[in-house]
Amino acid sequence: MENDIILSLEHIMKIYLNGTVANEDVSFSLRRGEVHALLGENGAGKSTLMKILYGIENPTEGKIILKGRETTIKNSKEAISMGIGMVHQHFMLVPSLTAAENIVLGAVPKKWGIFIDKRTAVKEAEEIASTYHFNINVNEKVKNLSVGLKQKVEILKALYRGAEILIMDEPTAVLTPQETDELFVQLEKLKENGHTIIFISHKLDEIKQICDRATIMRRGRSMGTYEVSKISVEEMSRLMVGSELHTELKKSDDALGEVKVRVRDLQACDPLGVHKIQGIGFDVKGGEILGIAGVEGNGQAEVVEILTGLYKNYTGQVEISGQDTAPLSVKQIRKLRLSHIPEDRMQSGCAPSLSILDNLFSNQYDGSEYSGKYMLNRERMESRAEELREEYLIKCESCRQNVGMLSGGNIQKVIAARELSTEPVIIVANQPTRGVDIGASQFIRKRLIDYRNKGAAVILVSADLSELLSLSDRIAVMYKGKITGMFSETEGLKEEVIGQYMLGILHQKEAGGVES
Amino acid sequence: MINTKNFTVFRRVFSVFIALLCSFVIIFLVSEEPVFAIVQLVTGPLRSVRNMSNVIETMIPLIFTGTGVCIMFSANQMNLACEGSFHLGGLVAAMCAIMLGLPPFISPVIAVAAAGICGAFYTSIPAVLKIKTGATELVSSLMLNYISLWLATYLMMRFIRDPGVGAASLPIPDSAALHALISGTRIHIGVIVAIGAAVLGELFLYRTKAGYEIRLVGENEAFARYSGINVVKVIFLSQLIGGLIAGIGGGIEILGPIYSRFSWTSLLGYGWDAVIICTLVKKKPLYTIPAALFLAYLRTGASIMARTTDVTLEIVQITQGIIIMLAVAEKFLEGYRMKLVEKEAKDNLKKGEVL
Ligand SMILES: Nc1ncnc2c1ncn2[C@@H]1O[C@H](COP(=O)(O)OP(=O)(O)OP(=O)(O)O)[C@@H](O)[C@H]1O
Ligand SMILES: [Mg+2]
Repeated sequence: MENDIILSLEHIMKIYLNGTVANEDVSFSLRRGEVHALLGENGAGKSTLMKILYGIENPTEGKIILKGRETTIKNSKEAISMGIGMVHQHFMLVPSLTAAENIVLGAVPKKWGIFIDKRTAVKEAEEIASTYHFNINVNEKVKNLSVGLKQKVEILKALYRGAEILIMDEPTAVLTPQETDELFVQLEKLKENGHTIIFISHKLDEIKQICDRATIMRRGRSMGTYEVSKISVEEMSRLMVGSELHTELKKSDDALGEVKVRVRDLQACDPLGVHKIQGIGFDVKGGEILGIAGVEGNGQAEVVEILTGLYKNYTGQVEISGQDTAPLSVKQIRKLRLSHIPEDRMQSGCAPSLSILDNLFSNQYDGSEYSGKYMLNRERMESRAEELREEYLIKCESCRQNVGMLSGGNIQKVIAARELSTEPVIIVANQPTRGVDIGASQFIRKRLIDYRNKGAAVILVSADLSELLSLSDRIAVMYKGKITGMFSETEGLKEEVIGQYMLGILHQKEAGGVES
Repeated sequence: MINTKNFTVFRRVFSVFIALLCSFVIIFLVSEEPVFAIVQLVTGPLRSVRNMSNVIETMIPLIFTGTGVCIMFSANQMNLACEGSFHLGGLVAAMCAIMLGLPPFISPVIAVAAAGICGAFYTSIPAVLKIKTGATELVSSLMLNYISLWLATYLMMRFIRDPGVGAASLPIPDSAALHALISGTRIHIGVIVAIGAAVLGELFLYRTKAGYEIRLVGENEAFARYSGINVVKVIFLSQLIGGLIAGIGGGIEILGPIYSRFSWTSLLGYGWDAVIICTLVKKKPLYTIPAALFLAYLRTGASIMARTTDVTLEIVQITQGIIIMLAVAEKFLEGYRMKLVEKEAKDNLKKGEVL
């Protein structure tokens, strides 16, 4: 049983239409019933390899051997029929349909062969959700679901179709630690039931926790497969990057500046009238990082949207650099030197079909540096784009390439480069390192700290608690639209404690109170 | 040599070639004298100065509407009211020319400017309806085109009708008319204005702040809003400018030597053609010049063929249709392209290993 190879890939090469060699020579094999990790930096070719396996891309060269027989997988329908399922890095859901409809999509139960049987669809979706203990309302439209819940729908969709080999491309990037733990419990169960799982993540501790073996990729080549129990985290990262990684995050101890962000009695409903924020208040001073923790959907997203001017339907007071933001447009707020790294990079963070260059200046094209009264200064934009590309290690052929062609982590780098290159005074960063590899994550974190040290006020929303703890000066925990815990000292604070606040088990009396 | 860099051009040319080939086959099937018909179609436009002039004349309005539609579609608005803008632009220019009685030079300038303003107003209606009421611009603009036809006819009959001629206006006075630049042809100043419009359109979309905003809004509205761009304003502006250019086109067309009075009693279809051109050039205004030239050539050839042989004019529609289909079929010749790309990439890899 141990050495029962269910699938092997041999010398896979993939060249994309624009000439990018995404996979140069990749080989590895999967044992039945294992959780196999794929590790590599952003742009190493992990997603590409998985798309080949799932029939979305055709390999240029190489062999796929499934259960001892060489096969070609022409499209994902074939992949599904061979028992291969995939949870994509970016969501592949139909936003206007309900979760249930999305889950059964492609294998829809029919009434008399023609009519979609909604009731059975809902029943089956509920069944599969409860089998795997996914807590989700399947009747909700997908567009109203939080990112974490969307991820669950994606996983259920693959399971519903009976995936024997389940590919998971960074499934935990959008999950909170609790959700990740829950997912791992489910993965263990799947494993017991004989499912084989390919698991992609940039978080090495997760790999350590859940995976049996790991194949490491570097610049489109496989660098070998290792037993996870026999290799240290340091070795893994050395193999991925090709060199040791050492960046220390140093916070200066300068006195705090004046209040840059001031929120009082904030209340807000979402467009459906659900109370999302129920009276919160806080201050952020220049030179500090306020971390906001919370399970997805407890109001953090709304706070970010209100602060950045994208959502106006609120009561209470929000001031940025002393100015009431209620009458200000997004642009006017940005002109107060506020930068915003958005949560959903594909939906609002970039225009995939425009070039990297065009995407790098959407927040500053009208500044005097890059334009006159009417005209853009393309030369200056181009040279600046080259600088940013180097500084932020964006892996691409050229800056004229469309952003949509980049790997997930590199898209995130483009967004970070754009938002952090404007010398901001206030930074609202929502999951800034989501899906970014270790090296680049460290870099982005370092930039956040640098700005803090230079006197900027930073609000950091992150599902990654260790990131929150290492960066934040203070941490606020949000639960059901309220701040239920405010920690002005992060030293010695335990992830478990924050976790309990996030789940509403613990809460401080002065809920939503502002400290002196 | 075909390589990955010039591949797109190659594919475009090749699809034109295939489309022509299909048309030839059809001509062979339907015609008594197929070879003569094809010769007429292909070489007819070049055979006399007059025919060549015809090509240029046909090209002018196509460049105007093509450029207008490129700008409007760049904001992701399927607004087809260009047709109406062109038509009303023609009427308004005729009215100004006939009714105002301005001196030479000033008269055509004012007439064309009025045509442009009117055109801008017209394409902005679907945008306003969409912004205010959520009405789909595709449907409302289609309806508006019919309104423009009858509105123009009504205004013409009411204000500038020539009682002696029936359904046509009074003659356009000489002070407003755009005369032929080259004797023996009907090529007028409009050709320079049209090319200028396409060049400026290109600069506008790809080199100005406003053009950048339009493209951002067109490619991802949520992203534009997040970036701080006033989406409503940008959509409105793009539709205004598109209509402005189409309206100017209509004005110049009616003042040119082809027409001596406003006698358009049906829509001329340049708005539709503009959508074809916009598709062919992937929203790049500069390329509307060759695209319009090609389309004009094809039409002139076809009409010569229709005049001199037994093949009807409609054959152009087939050719056009095939070209469009191949132009939007992204996967066309993809296999061949893939081979080219792979070969180059592998060569590069080998070179990399040697170094
Ligand atoms: N459709 C495409 N066209 C052209 N190039 C592409 C395309 N998709 C990916 N690439 C390129 O292929 C390379 C590998 O991308 P891939 O998405 O496989 O990386 P990845 O290992 O999944 O990275 P990440 O960790 O950031 O998700 C990148 O350089 C990327 O720019
Ligand atoms: Mg990826």
